[in-house]
Amino acid sequence: MTSTAQAAGRSPVRRLAGTLHRRPRLRLSLLLTAPLLWLAVLYLGSLAVLFVSAFWTTNSFTSEVVKVWSTDNFHALFTTPVFRQVILRSIGVALAVTALSAVIAFPVAFYTARIAKPKWRPLLVVAILTPLWASYLVKVYAWRLILSQGGFADWMLKPFGLSGPGFGLFATIIALTYLWLPYMILPIHTALEQLPANLLDASADLGARAGRTFRSVVVPMVLPSVAAGSVFTFSLSLGDYITVQIVGGKTQLIGNLVYSNIELNLPMAAALGTVPVVVIVLYLLAMRRTGALSSL
Amino acid sequence: MEATAIRLQGLRKVFGETTAVAGVDLDIADGEFFSMLGPSGSGKTTVLRMIAGFESPTAGRIELAGQEVTGLAPFERDVHTVFQDYALFPHMTVEQNVAYGLKVRKVPKAKRLQQAREALADVRLEGFGARRPSQLSGGQRQRVALARALVGRPRVLLLDEPLGALDLKLREQMQVELKAIQREVGITFVFVTHDQEEALTMSDRIAVFNQGRIEQVGTPAEIYERPATPFVAGFVGTSNLLEGDSAQQVVGASGTYSIRPEKIRVLKESAEADEPEHSTATGTVVEVVYLGDATRFLVDLDAGGRLTALQQNLETSSEDVAAYRGTRVRLRWHHRHTFKVPTPR
Repeated sequence: MTSTAQAAGRSPVRRLAGTLHRRPRLRLSLLLTAPLLWLAVLYLGSLAVLFVSAFWTTNSFTSEVVKVWSTDNFHALFTTPVFRQVILRSIGVALAVTALSAVIAFPVAFYTARIAKPKWRPLLVVAILTPLWASYLVKVYAWRLILSQGGFADWMLKPFGLSGPGFGLFATIIALTYLWLPYMILPIHTALEQLPANLLDASADLGARAGRTFRSVVVPMVLPSVAAGSVFTFSLSLGDYITVQIVGGKTQLIGNLVYSNIELNLPMAAALGTVPVVVIVLYLLAMRRTGALSSL
Repeated sequence: MEATAIRLQGLRKVFGETTAVAGVDLDIADGEFFSMLGPSGSGKTTVLRMIAGFESPTAGRIELAGQEVTGLAPFERDVHTVFQDYALFPHMTVEQNVAYGLKVRKVPKAKRLQQAREALADVRLEGFGARRPSQLSGGQRQRVALARALVGRPRVLLLDEPLGALDLKLREQMQVELKAIQREVGITFVFVTHDQEEALTMSDRIAVFNQGRIEQVGTPAEIYERPATPFVAGFVGTSNLLEGDSAQQVVGASGTYSIRPEKIRVLKESAEADEPEHSTATGTVVEVVYLGDATRFLVDLDAGGRLTALQQNLETSSEDVAAYRGTRVRLRWHHRHTFKVPTPR
């Protein structure tokens, strides 16, 4: 009797909470329905539509999509020299940006995580993240100004009898590296910060000088984080098409081809669009082997 | 006189405002199992880290085998360390961990793998070479760390509370093994611990540290039976001191006296008061702690002060000893177990 009296006296919110507590499956389904719908319908669904539409064709006069099953688009991807070149160039740019980011990020992260005084470290991390708050377009246009003819780069290099790289592939790589560098620095910083000092002591204790300790202990332990950072730099670079429009001169990457095909030949654009998806999936699979995904 | 493995002279270390080590002089002989015993923050680990070269002393001098090494880097010293948390390289296999020191010294690959396997066999870890440290238990990791430090046959092995993270059973087993390994290889072991029992059971000699200084250096028996200061008497074994008035009444002289609990017999109050060459004191049992193999009696003396007496449970059970709580008893011990503790002036 007392228990019913108590139950009657409880507020509906408490009763609901109690019911949910006793029914974990109900709790789980309420919790997951919305995000799962989002993932299945909006995300995976749109990817599926992309993939399916890549097998359609267009009427070459009206540019209207004709829903006839055909592998012509994928055939064209692999046989048309321009497409092949652009795909390889895009992958090359993504790899170059990743490599350049890693080379720059390592010393920066080493400084912020191990050399700088502990009280300055959080501030330095904030400083590294600050550029991410600025607008993408502003940053890329800033690079356009820097790299333009008679711009900052030219002015800096003039005393040495050199000139800036101008717009083109190299400028694209520099600008993309600048854009995605924080995503590389941050995981490396975290890994270096968490590297136990005892391991460095142990290495020295066993007879290793600083260089040896760096090669045999620091680098291998931080490598998974470099790979984690590279997932960002690689995929973000592969998908970019605005930076290359602004500082790339006549350079074309996959994104530009997708963009220029979208009006005229949507199925071709879809076929081109699946390329970075496939490349990134392959890249992720390769990175998973290094253990990078668990240090994201 | 045996050769000196380690000589410390006037060693000091100051971190900012705190003095971790306040002047340590110490000679450790070749082949000795030497323990540095003390509470946490007593400076023993800092001394060890200075011998290893991880910290440089604020003042003083460190010699290894007669050669000054005070300013040398860790990799320039013929000393290896077993770390408290083992500090195994997680990205290397057990075998690579053990062979690391040899690889750094450019020992040919075939030779260093063979030596690594032998070292693993020495610590009874054959067949574990291909595993990662994360796949080992605490005791196994501990032995890998030991093999890694021993494989290069250093002149001195430094051990920083290496058994601290192990459970009691494993710790007792490792104590015996460590001692056996040390006898086998004949390397000088410097062992840092806060566990007095560990120090007593394993060491040839012990230095007791307190507040950055050494209170006493001696064999386990000397440290235990003839503590040089009240701190040593209290830290090693159970604190059992008679001071002031109670010392005057019970011992018959002024000063501070130490009596080990297991030397004291607990008798009925009515027992004969006078027995030749024995001291006696009456009091009330305030607490009885049943330990299984023995019982600890805390007795408030009529003369003032409190003594702990430890009795083997030869024929008594836990119910028997519990009945002692609150009863009147007479404590008795032989004169030779009353030890006068020198008090610092």
